[in-house]
Amino acid sequence: MRVRLWGTRGSIAVSGPGTLRYGGDTSAIELLCAGDRLIVLDGGSGIRTLETGSLPHERIDILLSHLHMDHVQGLPFFPPLLDPEVEVHVWGPVSTTRSLRERIARYLSPPLFPIRVRDLGNVTFHDVVPGDFELGSIHVTADLISHPGSTLGYRLSENGSVLTYMPDHEPALGHNGFPGDPQWTSGYALAEGADVLIHDAQYDDDEYTERVGWGHTSVSDLAEFVRMTSPGRLVSFHHDPGHDDQRLDALHERLDNRLAGCTELIPGTTGLVVDV
Amino acid sequence: MPRQQQPVEMILLRQLASYLTVPIWLMDEAGNLLYYNESAESLLGIRFDDMGPVHADQVGEMFRLTDFDGNPLEGLDHPIGVTLAKRIPSHRELRYCGFDGIWRNVAVSSIPIEGQARRFLGLFATFWEIDV
Repeated sequence: MRVRLWGTRGSIAVSGPGTLRYGGDTSAIELLCAGDRLIVLDGGSGIRTLETGSLPHERIDILLSHLHMDHVQGLPFFPPLLDPEVEVHVWGPVSTTRSLRERIARYLSPPLFPIRVRDLGNVTFHDVVPGDFELGSIHVTADLISHPGSTLGYRLSENGSVLTYMPDHEPALGHNGFPGDPQWTSGYALAEGADVLIHDAQYDDDEYTERVGWGHTSVSDLAEFVRMTSPGRLVSFHHDPGHDDQRLDALHERLDNRLAGCTELIPGTTGLVVDV
Repeated sequence: MPRQQQPVEMILLRQLASYLTVPIWLMDEAGNLLYYNESAESLLGIRFDDMGPVHADQVGEMFRLTDFDGNPLEGLDHPIGVTLAKRIPSHRELRYCGFDGIWRNVAVSSIPIEGQARRFLGLFATFWEIDV
């Protein structure tokens, strides 16, 4: 699997000279699999510029972690969704009240947006129940993780290689003395032993104390989560919109110190390519 | 995915229960006892850390449950049995003998835990002492 980051920012897209290295677009990741099958993780503003490449993709699968705006706002700007020649499958967390299509339609309808879901091309929506399914050569495990609203983390395996994606995650929420027992830690089973873990790294420790329950991770808690789950490499993700490149460098230095060599840290920057 | 981790709904419920002063008893869908909080400890007569999780086969042997006439309660006679079997809320007043050897009169309410996609994940029960 080849991973490419097209949007790494959390909450809202930002721009300016201070965002050039880490990037300002919100969550969107390209995952190129065997047979040039294309899977996209989340549909934030970064999906707008995601290049579908010179190869014609007859089918594209988009896995949505959840439906907060920073993860779906780019969908109607992704050309394949409007192209009837491309078969697009959009996967997202199930709800007991409304289908994924109906929930996406809340955004893709006036007055919030001029284009309606019915105006899209050849798009099929799938409500994902926590569990396993196959996308070609990729085995996908989806499970709910700790974040406000229904939010999925994904574990994607191909030929023994594992990528785990948890862009918005607060594993320490409510814990007395995090980390505790892995059995009682959100996201443990998805992340455990992954070759590459792409994980929320939004807050410095002092910021987190003011934002407990917002659904994101502090530097120290992320380091403890990584120590518990032992991924091969960690890619930081969902950078706070208030952090410029300089501040993110400092945050990553603290994170790397906390990790103390237990896992290789790769700062998640727009354009980054990682082979899994 | 190996079942080495509880569903996030159960994780969050356990964390919430640990903050509450209402006694809470948490079981999974198979009837394994996963957790009870500090307030429940004082009514059950043993700390959870000393008890640990209890397999479903052994939960029934933990306490002697009776009605107020002393008749033993089993299976669908008590709210937890009803919720596990029928996945519905249930309530009853009953007596039990705790690990401290004290018989208590309590009211028990058992609530099914249903996650997204209507997954039955288990139950939580709350109980409190009553005058009979």
